[in-house]
Amino acid sequence: MTLTKTLLTTTALTVAAGAVAAEEMTIVSWGGAYTKSQKNAYHDPYSEKTGITIINDDSSAEAVAKLRAMDEAGNVTWDVVDVVAADALRLCDEGLAMEIDPDTMLAPAPDGTPASEDFGDLLVGDCFIPQIVYSTTFGYRTDLVGDTPPSKICDVFDTETYPGKRSLEKRSINNMEWALLCDGVAKEDVYDVLATEEGQDQALAKLGTIKDDVVWWSAGADTPQLLADGEVVMGSTYNGRLFSVIEEQNQPVAMLWDAQVFDLDGWIIPAGLSDERKERALDYIMFATDTQRLADQAKWISYGPARKSSAPLVGKHADLGIDMAPHMPTDPNNAANTFLYNYEFWADYRDDIEAKFQAWLAQ
Amino acid sequence: MAALTPISRKPLSLVLPTVAAAGAILGLFVGTANGSGLMGIIIGAAAIAGLAFVYTQVLKNEKLAKWISIVGMAALGFVLGGIPAAIIGALAGWFYSWFIYWLYEGRYRQRLLPYLTPGQVLWHYGFRVICGAIFIFLITPILVVMPLSFNSQDFFTFTPEMLRFEAEGYSLKHYQDFFTNNEWQRSFKNSLLIAPIATIISVSLGTLAAIGLSQSHVPGRRAIMAILISPMIVPLIISATGMFFFYAQIGNWMEGTLGFNKNFVGYVKVILAHAVLGIPFVIITVTATLVGFDRSLTRAASNMGADPVTTFFRVQMPLILPGVISGGLFAFITSFDEVVVVLFVGSASQKTLPWQMFTGLREQISPTILAVATILVGISIALLITLEFLRRRSERLRGMTPQ
Repeated sequence: MTLTKTLLTTTALTVAAGAVAAEEMTIVSWGGAYTKSQKNAYHDPYSEKTGITIINDDSSAEAVAKLRAMDEAGNVTWDVVDVVAADALRLCDEGLAMEIDPDTMLAPAPDGTPASEDFGDLLVGDCFIPQIVYSTTFGYRTDLVGDTPPSKICDVFDTETYPGKRSLEKRSINNMEWALLCDGVAKEDVYDVLATEEGQDQALAKLGTIKDDVVWWSAGADTPQLLADGEVVMGSTYNGRLFSVIEEQNQPVAMLWDAQVFDLDGWIIPAGLSDERKERALDYIMFATDTQRLADQAKWISYGPARKSSAPLVGKHADLGIDMAPHMPTDPNNAANTFLYNYEFWADYRDDIEAKFQAWLAQ
Repeated sequence: MAALTPISRKPLSLVLPTVAAAGAILGLFVGTANGSGLMGIIIGAAAIAGLAFVYTQVLKNEKLAKWISIVGMAALGFVLGGIPAAIIGALAGWFYSWFIYWLYEGRYRQRLLPYLTPGQVLWHYGFRVICGAIFIFLITPILVVMPLSFNSQDFFTFTPEMLRFEAEGYSLKHYQDFFTNNEWQRSFKNSLLIAPIATIISVSLGTLAAIGLSQSHVPGRRAIMAILISPMIVPLIISATGMFFFYAQIGNWMEGTLGFNKNFVGYVKVILAHAVLGIPFVIITVTATLVGFDRSLTRAASNMGADPVTTFFRVQMPLILPGVISGGLFAFITSFDEVVVVLFVGSASQKTLPWQMFTGLREQISPTILAVATILVGISIALLITLEFLRRRSERLRGMTPQ
């Protein structure tokens, strides 16, 4: 009986504690090192300032599907959601994300430049609040590539000089563009060619030349693990993951900064929150996307801040003390040959090309 | 068991092929590790067969042969792969020298009945080897995780330092991460809160349902039973989708009309969903124990003036308790291991341990997951040992001998 009483009391206490707990807000992000960088740069200072408890939900990968389901069930439990720009556009079109007015809802730069100019072109769509610029690029094992390390994107397709497995993402985006680039298509023509049936076949045929040597990944953590194991010679992933493998984990891996594909990641606020929650979410966004905060995030992860005014403030890594600027995808040395990802193209063609790509994979 | 059968030396025509086959297995592993499996098989078979010939025909001194094998193979292992390989080599040397003499001297017959045919002898040992292989097959994936959880790197990789048994290859930092990281701690506490309450609900409702359904006068009890155990049969993802929409409505009502705290409602939803998943296990185990329950005992109790509640707690419950407890254990494990339903029904405040492990595996392959897995295996073993101890104790108290 004592045990039962103790149990009941504990339960009651826990429930009571839950009832009187301070204000909470659920922030959805990608998990891992990325969420950690946001926690250090945004969440912890914000909690300290306002007393609001922040709960992390690592569900960004299925944010679109989950938000749809929550909306249908009439029970949106998320307050702020971190998504890539393409997902933000989809959510915005479906009316699941709140529209944002950058100049009234986001902080101006320290010199007074309004947010709409400070973010500039990166403000894609009406709902998306840019946070970082990241790139998808290749890393390779320095000990497995011989004396001449790969320096061009097309070395990925060269299995004679660089024998061994490569890891590529299990989806069409990026892979199709790289394949065409290495099949002799000029950079500016890639999307015109990819829009045609023949162009898509050409890209798949080029990918077919290395299909037997490819390990397909689906989570950002896969390629770092495969590289650390030495299971692949080179592999594509997000540049921040590679930074962590190279600098923080000291693995024999180096970056291949060629034809890296830029993409944006940022916040959206779900549509239809209660006034109280909406106000809290906007207050958080105002705080977390100001110039200093965005620059702070770069202390923990090598992604470029989305504001122009943040770039000069990027400092050293919080633990390693190395300069972060040379590791940013936006650094001039790294961005010598970049590839501009075309949102409009993929918004129109994604379903068709993806279906074709997956069918090709299954062959 | 004493020796049953007089033993005699066996001819080389039996010994050499058998030890050669055993040697080939070792050769396969060593050969694969060093580049060529086929070469390994051939060399391993030849080497062990040669060794057997020398030991039995030339050396004829078992003790000396044993030490030569142990030291020799340890040295060979050390040359090929350092200290770990040397240890494996020493073990292999001990095993093969024992195996050669065990076969040659015919000791394998010693403990068997004298009239067994060679086929029966072969099956006797073959059966044990197969059982051992199945056991290894089942347990290895769990065991591999344990050393990896002490990795000093953030990857699921046996590093060269670990394989050389160097101290800097190992660390407790993933355990430290588990005990200091808020996310892990919160999900651990959530699991410890949700699973027991869900278990208590499933056990109470499941036991009542089983007792009711075991009465012969209940109409349509087969149909009711089928509905009650359906959560076990319907694919989890379908139950989860249904539960998501169902509990979302209930949750909205509890928050909106009854004015409960959002967090509290979240826990209620997850606990109820897990209780539903646990109920079938309780019903099935309790129904099974009720089959052996003598109904005249309840009649006797009511004959002596006990009301049904007293009868239940004083007569029926103690007798069906083993079924209730094992059903409860299943319900607990179901809730504690469950990831699909909680992903649908719960929000981030109700994140349980499996959910945290799931996202951890997908987003960041961190050995903290392995550390948690090791801790959970430890807890499970402790739990089972405690249960077994309690069972033996209660049997001793009831004057039965433990089986």
